[in-house]
Parts: sequence; C-alpha cells; structure tokens
Amino acid sequence: MDWLLLHFAAIVFYCLAAVAVAGAIGVIAFRSPVHAALSLLCTFVAVAGLFVLAHAEFLAAVQIFVYAGGIMVLFLFVIMLVNVRTIPREPQYLARLVPAAVIAALVLAACLGAGLWAAVHGAPASASGLTQIAGQTTGNTEAVGWSLYRDYLLPFEVVSVVLLVAMIGAIVMGRREPGRERA
Amino acid sequence: MITTTHYLIVSLVLFTLGVVGMVVRRNFIVVLMCVELILNAANINFIAFSRQLGGLTGQVFAVFVITIAAAEAAIGLGIIVALMRLKQTVNLDRVSEMEG
Repeated sequence: MDWLLLHFAAIVFYCLAAVAVAGAIGVIAFRSPVHAALSLLCTFVAVAGLFVLAHAEFLAAVQIFVYAGGIMVLFLFVIMLVNVRTIPREPQYLARLVPAAVIAALVLAACLGAGLWAAVHGAPASASGLTQIAGQTTGNTEAVGWSLYRDYLLPFEVVSVVLLVAMIGAIVMGRREPGRERA
Repeated sequence: MITTTHYLIVSLVLFTLGVVGMVVRRNFIVVLMCVELILNAANINFIAFSRQLGGLTGQVFAVFVITIAAAEAAIGLGIIVALMRLKQTVNLDRVSEMEG
C-alpha cells in the first residue's frame, strides 16, 4: 500500500502514456476513419491527463475543450459529410511501409542518440537562473492568463488574426460555387 | 519519479507515429489526424520543459500551438470538402495533378 501511494504519480503516468501511444497506433492501424477518429480521441484525453500530471491544469482543460470538443467534432462531422460509404473501398489502405519504417527508425535513433549523447556529455539540466513568474500563490489558470495577456499580448493578437483567416478560408473552400453545382 | 525525459519519450513516440501515419495512410482525413498527433507531441514537449524550468512560457506557447492546430484542422477539413466535391475521393494517391 505504501508502495502504491509512493509511486501513484508514476503509475498514472505510465497508464496515460500507454493509452496515448495505443490511441496513436490505432489512428494509423484502423481502416475506418471513424474508428481512427475515436482512437485519436483516446490519445487527446490521455494527453490531457499527462498535462494534469505536469501541473498544467489550464492546458488540460483547453485540450479537452478544443481538441476533444471542437476538433474531434469537426473531424466526425466531415467524415459524416464526406460519407465514407460512397467512396469505393481501397483494397490496400496502407502504402509505402518500407520508407515509413526507415523514417521512423531514423527519427527514433536520431532523437534517442542525441538524448543519450547529451546525457553523457552535456551539462546537467538545472532550473537555476530562471525567473519565477507569479504563479506560485495563484492558480494555474490565473497565472497562464496573466502571462498570456501581459507578456504575450502581441502573439495572442496575431494568433487571433490567424484564426480569423483560417475561418474565412474554410468558409470560402467549403462554399458551393454558384453555377457549378455537383451533378 | 517521473522526469522530463519520460515526457520527452512519450512525445517522441507520438511524433514518430504521426510521421509514419502521414507517410503510410492514404486517406486525407487520417493524414490530418496524424498532423494533430504531431502537434500534440510538440505540446507535450512544451509542457514538459515548462514543468522542468518552472516557468509558464511553455504553457502559453502550447496554447498558441492548440490555436494553430484548430486553424489547421478547419483549413484541412475545408480542403477535404472541396476535394470531395471536385473529385469524389479522399485518397491522396488519386490527387497527384501537382506532381508534375
């Protein structure tokens, strides 16, 4: 029991990480886009749990709201709109497995190699010399909001413009052009 | 004890799976999902380093990444709807006019 309490965070972390990775594998492996979308939903929720473990509660809430609530619904809506059943089933839904395996092996080897090299040769990571933002006494949401609207106001405004442009672009692309109705 | 390295390994695995999915799958919708996976992996990195360094900058940038992901999903799904109307397919191997 003591062991369980001592390692509770680690156990939760490993469970969430396993769910996230399994969901990601499901996205690739499921043939049906609907199943892939639901598998992706598992990954999003697990990643939100990882954010909670890392004391980023606001980000976890945003992850659930935006990804699970917004983007997933958008995906499922488009899958419904596209109506997968009318598309002829491909006999083979995976392609280029060998280059993909090579890319995966290279990325994993490069990142793990760089990490190992840094662990052996590099200086130990330390948090010294970094300023503590006012977030120790307040909640995470308040601290993030404070940082977002005070230190990063200009990027915040730029990102809102990006969202506006994306919205207009999506509307323009999704609009049915007059005089060119689908037969 | 969960260290930053644990988070980075999870992020690395998610990123690699996303890249592999982008290469392997032919369905445009699933390829977009793989892009979301990659952006999620980036977010995990931001959060992990934000936790290690004790600041909030990583979390703020993760908010920006989520915003960009939402914009990208909207644009991508708009392209899918337009593509479906034009060519009645979401198979990326069937859409190769720009290969030259």
